[in-house]
Amino acid sequence: MTQSADAGASSATQATLSIDSSKAIEAPLAIEAHGLTRRFGELTAVDNLSLAIPRGSIYGFLGPNGCGKSTAIRLLTGLLLPDAGEVTVLGEPLAGNEEALKQRIGYMTQKFSLYDNLSVLENLRFVASIYGLFGRRGKARIEELLHLYSLEGRESQLAGSMSGGQKQRLALACATLHSPELLFLDEPTSAVDPENRREFWERLFDLCAAGTTILVSTHYMDEAERCHALAILERGAKRADGSPAELMQQMGASVVEVSGEQLRTLKQQLVALPEVVSAAQVGTRLRVLVRRDATDPIAFLSPYCDGRKLAMARPSLEDVFVSCTGGRHVG
Amino acid sequence: MWARILAIMLKELRQLSRDRMTFGMIVMIPLVQLLLFGYAINTDARHLPAGLVDMSASSYSRALVQAVKATQVVDFKAKYASIEQAEAAITSGEVRAVLYLPADLNARLVNHPAFDRRQSDSQLTRPVAQWLVDGSDTVIAAAIRSLRSMPLDEVAGFSSQNRVPSFEVVQYFNPEQRTVVNIVPGLLAVILTMTMIMFTSAAIVREREQGNMEFLITTPVKPMELMVGKIIPYVLVGLIQVSIILSVGHFLFGVPVRGGLDSLLLASLLFIFASLSLGLVISTIAKTQLQAMQLTVFILLPSILLSGFMFPYEAMPIAAQWIAEALPATHFMRMVRAIVLREADILMLAKDAFWLGAFTLGGVLLASLRFRKRLG
Repeated sequence: MTQSADAGASSATQATLSIDSSKAIEAPLAIEAHGLTRRFGELTAVDNLSLAIPRGSIYGFLGPNGCGKSTAIRLLTGLLLPDAGEVTVLGEPLAGNEEALKQRIGYMTQKFSLYDNLSVLENLRFVASIYGLFGRRGKARIEELLHLYSLEGRESQLAGSMSGGQKQRLALACATLHSPELLFLDEPTSAVDPENRREFWERLFDLCAAGTTILVSTHYMDEAERCHALAILERGAKRADGSPAELMQQMGASVVEVSGEQLRTLKQQLVALPEVVSAAQVGTRLRVLVRRDATDPIAFLSPYCDGRKLAMARPSLEDVFVSCTGGRHVG
Repeated sequence: MWARILAIMLKELRQLSRDRMTFGMIVMIPLVQLLLFGYAINTDARHLPAGLVDMSASSYSRALVQAVKATQVVDFKAKYASIEQAEAAITSGEVRAVLYLPADLNARLVNHPAFDRRQSDSQLTRPVAQWLVDGSDTVIAAAIRSLRSMPLDEVAGFSSQNRVPSFEVVQYFNPEQRTVVNIVPGLLAVILTMTMIMFTSAAIVREREQGNMEFLITTPVKPMELMVGKIIPYVLVGLIQVSIILSVGHFLFGVPVRGGLDSLLLASLLFIFASLSLGLVISTIAKTQLQAMQLTVFILLPSILLSGFMFPYEAMPIAAQWIAEALPATHFMRMVRAIVLREADILMLAKDAFWLGAFTLGGVLLASLRFRKRLG
């Protein structure tokens, strides 16, 4: 356990370095955080989190439930005060500028946070007037959003009676109504089917192309893979960060796929070895993560696998996640 | 700023109009409670079930029983053969009082000055009969006690001399002594306390519970705008309830509305604002609607029992009076009874009016200080 945590930490520093070196050349940062910490009683929900998120990118927080993703987002939006650490949002220190920054950021909560017993149009109008968009300007913006998020024809439908995907589009429309420069999305697709999820991400890339920086939290690997860069969070701490490709490349373990009979027993046998981070069955194969310090993973594994077929495999983001978190959450 | 307040207000009204249950409660709570209490509450105890133990069984004893019946204070439900049986009936709750007529009733009557005015108080004069009363209920005991010096002329068979009371009492404002006249304006204070505090506290806590607040506090809306926008619709609700209670009270129960409507409106507004600000303070403390409801009841009970609605304020111990002074309902109870029943105007009640105003300011201030645009 301690070994695997060390491995996670070392890969994290590596990844941080790679981001830091690119910082000098890239655009100014949308979010910069140093040593962000928040405790709830005994529990440290966010532990010494440092972030550097460049403008115009989609940045992901990947982690299991309860890893501090939502708390981190709330700290970055000023909804929660950190116990330690500093945050700079859109070039301004967050502390003391929360109210001014609220015109420039948008936030889509994990739970649908609009009014179920108001219609689509009434919800949009309410949010528009809260942001000070009145009269023709507000009306034009609402029209635009209705069109953009395919809510035309549903203007008078009560928000509570809509499907998960429609609710989510309405929530996104409301969160982006004032054209924020920075958009926070807290597990936006947790109540949405895969097709709507795909559609939703297309909209996010549209927003991103228009210059909006997006920070999105998720526990879906396929979503995390779409981000320009992401941080893997576990127990409030950042275990690794970088682009999905970088993360896969720098992963502290190799992936070996074993195919053959009696994979369940083999799995039990393998996970007991200290060199094996985790083993998870995928269809008829067993995907085994072997720590990097075993120089030839196939040679290392074959004595245990008597006769079964072994092959190296390309690491996926899930493998990265598992190796970063030491296999504590998957397999 | 005003535009945002207006937006919140419109949103709240719209939500309210779609929430049929709440909308119904706005009208039904005052209506049902008014009908219920208007008919039910009567501090003038009459027709109490009573028992009779008649050891004398004479024509005088029957005449005495008739005279007692005529007062309407008691209804004789049962006769018992002995005192022991009568006591058992009181214990079981069958009757609340028993009239015991001793065997020597006739002799006692003849010696009693109320029966025969030629007699004067002497060593021989004894009460003619005895009441055994369930004294645990003070209202009932007091009603029976009022029979203590009942005239006995009718028993004697002659309508007698002119009795001159020690005092003459002129009853202003409620000459027929109907309880409902005092109850209806008092109910105004009780019902407004309940609905106003409950609706506002629940309205804000609901937003928090349903997650709307998490979105709202990431917008540039200011706490004061949110609070004001949320309470103004309920001011309207309060005024609707005031008019329901007073008009039903007036047309159904014949409660006079003597004072000026302007004074009444002003006093009601002051009280509505004070209650709403109390609701706001509760909303900053309660985490769930259930907690908000419990806190409302915590305020409501003393408002009913200490404000003078049930028992006269002056009859309470000093410490209880201090607590009562802290409740907005006490001040409004005084004001509304003065205005509705005694034709006072608001200037005569400046002290209470001022207090309600101060309470509102303090409440709104406390609520906006406690309401932070943060979670956790």
